[in-house]
Amino acid sequence: MANTDQEILEGLAEIVAEETGLDQADILLEKSFTDDLDIDSLSMMTIVTHAEDKFGVRIPDEEVKNLATVGDAVSFIKGAQPA
Amino acid sequence: MTNLQQAQPTQFSRILAIGAERGELVVTNDDIAGPIDSSDEWIRQRTGIVTRRRAGADKDVLDLAEAAAHKALDAAGLTGADIDTVILSTITHMHMTPSGAAILAERIGATPAAAYDVSAACAGYAYGIGQADALVRAGLATHVLVIGAEKLSEIIDPTDRSISFLLGDGAGAAIVGPSDTPGIGPTVWGSDGAKATAIRQTHSWTELREDASLGWPTLRQDGPTVFKWASFQMAPVAEKAMAEAGVTAEDIQVFIPHQANMRIIDQMKKQLGLPDTVVIARDIAETGNTSAASIPLAAERLLSEGQAKSGDLALQIGFGAGLVYAAQVVVLP
Repeated sequence: MANTDQEILEGLAEIVAEETGLDQADILLEKSFTDDLDIDSLSMMTIVTHAEDKFGVRIPDEEVKNLATVGDAVSFIKGAQPA
Repeated sequence: MTNLQQAQPTQFSRILAIGAERGELVVTNDDIAGPIDSSDEWIRQRTGIVTRRRAGADKDVLDLAEAAAHKALDAAGLTGADIDTVILSTITHMHMTPSGAAILAERIGATPAAAYDVSAACAGYAYGIGQADALVRAGLATHVLVIGAEKLSEIIDPTDRSISFLLGDGAGAAIVGPSDTPGIGPTVWGSDGAKATAIRQTHSWTELREDASLGWPTLRQDGPTVFKWASFQMAPVAEKAMAEAGVTAEDIQVFIPHQANMRIIDQMKKQLGLPDTVVIARDIAETGNTSAASIPLAAERLLSEGQAKSGDLALQIGFGAGLVYAAQVVVLP
């Protein structure tokens, strides 16, 4: 069962908050992982792994660099989920 | 019907002693930050490394290995003549042949011990312990000297931001022999050649011969890919090693993962759900990543500093270029 964009955002925000200690409410679609949320490449891989588990999708390592914003990640996960 | 005899098995094996030799130079983050446009703070935050130990130009990987071997022999109360097999795990013995192990066996007085090198990068020591355990229990060897030794400073590029700044030089030696009680759990090991380029040599010797402008080959890694693999796919391997040894995380006193990156160590601890009472090896902070040498070096530090003691049950796991991995539960000497 595919998640809605809002469900994916909420789930992702929970993962990001857990990894970074940031407030979940600050993790918005337009935020940049590196510039706004100060997430480095290793933390990003931790977030990606937890997102793969949570949403049942695979996010290839070479795709991760294209996920600049939280919105990019939500779109990718949405597209990767079975319809 | 022939009278063919087969080697008589021995029931148990254990690690009798460990010896360690670190490169004599203490290299700080400030010493190496310039060419990679980095800083002490950035390196500490990304890796947990404060210093790495490197050997001077007058020492090669076999010098480090020999020093560690003598310390392990002394600690075991044995001499080279007692060793009948030498396994040297290394990626920095700079001759493709003969093996470093054969030369090392001669240097420590172990000739005519069987001797061979293992190329399993950062899993090399755990591969070696697995083989030594099997050789002793199968009756093919009595005392096996297993050495993880690296002079990684031979294959670094000071301007490389992917791996060179992590690396150090050192050697850790263990002597595996027969035991009255179980001392080495089953080795869980494997490889994944689909990720052969995740940690790699920049180019081959034949490519260098064809194009001398390529220069001396050095190491590179896809850091985030390796981090993800090590942090999340190695915990199940370690769990399997515990299960096959018949123990749980609650039974383990010491966790000695390959010293690749402090953040991998922290993530593995979390994934494995290790209780806070488990002592975690963190030799990387002062020694850096010494590949095949890192597990025995870390074990030796814990024992010599009193954080772990003889008889403690330790979970150890090596993982690295190949990709390859190996884990086992051992009783510390």
